[in-house]
Amino acid sequence: MNMNILAIIFYLLGALLLTTTALAVTRQQPVHAVLFLIVSLVTVALLFLLLGAPLLAAFQVILYAGAIMVLFLFVIMTMPDRDPGLDRFLRRRWLTPLFLCLLIGISMLLLIDLDPVATLDLAAARVEPRTFGALLFNRYWYAVELVSLLLFVGLAGAHYLGRQKS
Amino acid sequence: MIVPFGHVLILATLLFLLGACCVVARRELLMILIGVEIMLNGAALAFVAAALRWQLADGQIFALFIIAVAAAEVAVGLALIVAARQRTGAMHGDDFNRLRG
Repeated sequence: MNMNILAIIFYLLGALLLTTTALAVTRQQPVHAVLFLIVSLVTVALLFLLLGAPLLAAFQVILYAGAIMVLFLFVIMTMPDRDPGLDRFLRRRWLTPLFLCLLIGISMLLLIDLDPVATLDLAAARVEPRTFGALLFNRYWYAVELVSLLLFVGLAGAHYLGRQKS
Repeated sequence: MIVPFGHVLILATLLFLLGACCVVARRELLMILIGVEIMLNGAALAFVAAALRWQLADGQIFALFIIAVAAAEVAVGLALIVAARQRTGAMHGDDFNRLRG
């Protein structure tokens, strides 16, 4: 296999992504999980950059690793002290999900392996932000409106749920 | 040439399954939300890889919509967690076993 520098970067980022995500999933304290998740999300942003999506990489860092994770941390910081014994790492609890995920994973990997498209090498390319924006607001303007409506519904829902009982 | 398309798909699959394990195995509401975020990231990664494979920018636009939907979902989900904690004092999925406000 022709290993060039981009392939090496991809495999390094992939290993880093899986490691940090596995650490985030198994932490007991939500704060530690969120901190590992921030590293995982920045790694996904770097993968986006590698796969030719510079604008998406910027959005991933700004929105995901920035705004959404700060929201998570804010909610965690306002939580009162918890009973530390409540969410222990129970092996019995992880067995069934791991088994089911293994089944799904094996079938998906087999499907990917059987797919003739999957063996083709990806050519390095890049979508410039100008092209991206033009496509977004020309062909997908209706979806943009729907997403803005969805965000407004989310805002209204969060406001309704967060109201003080008087 | 970067890597075969299948390798990116395998990475996205593993990321998705890690998130699914988190959703099913963890009992804390915050960790369930975090698992959903991980699953959405795996889907977005697959979309971006497909955009590169077929040299169409549409896949990247769908990844952008995934990020927007995740933002809305997190806002409502965290508001639900805070509201549920204020009313019942519980933070675990198992504690919510009564349909009463």
